[in-house]
Amino acid sequence: MGPENDGAKDEGVCVLSEAAKTVATVRVALPFHLRNLARVEGDVLLEVSAPVTIRAVLDALEERYPMLRGTIREYETGKRRAFLRFFACEEDWSLESPDKLLPDAVTSGREPLLILGAIAGG
Amino acid sequence: MSGVRVLVGTHKGAFVLNSDGKRKDWAVSGPFFAGWEIYHVKGSPVDPDRIYASQTSGWFGQLIQRSDDGGKTWHQPGLPNEAIPAPGPPAALPNRFVYDSSAETGKPLTTHQWYDGTQHPWEFKRVWHIEPSLTEADTVYAGVEDAALFKSTDGGENWKELSGLRGHGTGPQWQPGAGGMGLHTILLDPTDPKRIYIAISAAGAFRTNDGGVTWKPINKGLRSQYIPDPNAEVGHCVHHLAMHRSRPDVLFMQKHWDVMRTDDAGESWREVSGNLPTDFGFAIDVHAHEPETLYVVPIKSDSEHYPVDGKLRVYRSRTGGNEWEPLAKGLPEKDCYVNVLRDAMAVDTLDDCGIYFGTTGGQVYASADSGDSWAPIVRDLPAVLSVEVQTLN
Repeated sequence: MGPENDGAKDEGVCVLSEAAKTVATVRVALPFHLRNLARVEGDVLLEVSAPVTIRAVLDALEERYPMLRGTIREYETGKRRAFLRFFACEEDWSLESPDKLLPDAVTSGREPLLILGAIAGG
Repeated sequence: MSGVRVLVGTHKGAFVLNSDGKRKDWAVSGPFFAGWEIYHVKGSPVDPDRIYASQTSGWFGQLIQRSDDGGKTWHQPGLPNEAIPAPGPPAALPNRFVYDSSAETGKPLTTHQWYDGTQHPWEFKRVWHIEPSLTEADTVYAGVEDAALFKSTDGGENWKELSGLRGHGTGPQWQPGAGGMGLHTILLDPTDPKRIYIAISAAGAFRTNDGGVTWKPINKGLRSQYIPDPNAEVGHCVHHLAMHRSRPDVLFMQKHWDVMRTDDAGESWREVSGNLPTDFGFAIDVHAHEPETLYVVPIKSDSEHYPVDGKLRVYRSRTGGNEWEPLAKGLPEKDCYVNVLRDAMAVDTLDDCGIYFGTTGGQVYASADSGDSWAPIVRDLPAVLSVEVQTLN
């Protein structure tokens, strides 16, 4: 197992595997507007080299879909945009370090990395 | 057969309206970028099929879109929609607007005045206005919030700030208006590619004579009683500027309050509000063939952003200001409480000049007879943020 069950909700499902140390196929669920920008339907599948972190997944996403560059992370700082949130295995990863290893359920493609727009308004 | 293309930016997408030279029947296409705020859409005078759009969102930030086929299809400049990009860093960064504070090309200017009088960091928020070059299809300017001017020479693929504007000295005194500190007006001199006028809310008007390297505030004669020094060099809430291409020394201004005019390229301004029922407003434009004929839409007050008495009226002056006539034929006579925003009026260049404006109620009105009569060419769009017109041959 990888480092101490990082981000895992359920030790039996969302834990790190050996696969996370090499290349993983990660499923990313984008919000409506970003799917339209990228011209994709449904989830996006990305090959991500280990270590599989949110930073690595977003790097791969922006490399494949450069029209998304700047829409999830700010251009210069790389910080998550304020009204977007990241979820993995039903846990909020938005405030976690972008370099924290994602759980096995995500790195194995069983669970998506969810990118959500905050509900704002009235 | 001539035709007209009207480019409409709204609170929830962009629309393209097409008609022949009669301007009677209109085809509406869109929404493009549905659900996004489209602050401005404008076509290149050099290549009318080249159109730029500013697409923005509180969630996802700022995007620049470009069409090369007259608004039928769109892409981010340098980023083909369907292509799998080549490995390595991208050559095009069309949405990257980074203030230049380097010692080499800019000045380390990092703050402006905040609402409470303290200094506040410059923070990019969005592109308010896009102004394609009059002579180069790949050259385009962008006015942004927090106020700065950017330029692209590769069709919007990459942007560089003309930092002399923020760095010329008065930047720390600039303060945002209620709608933000946006650079909203860019006028290019058709006779001198190095001369550019810009306007900022709420800093004022500025001019460069050297292509954007150095800038000068041009606000002498403006009087704004809502600021500590009514005659200050900067700090005036200029809402919009207009110019006739045959007379680039003559500018007209809709200020927060007051309609103003300069005949010496902004060195001095005088008020031409004359008999307007109220001189508050946002939009102002000039007839395509009559440099002394101008149009405004008077708005009741800065506390009540709607027309006087619920009657939507365009006012026209054929004397360069001071003497104004209401234009009402075809416009709502009662119960109309919309606003017309600063970039939401434009003219075509057909022989009988067409005048167009959009409202926050989602109507776009057009006149094919210089304002004598009006009709809605589309209604029930989202709130209109901008209207631009292309006259097609």
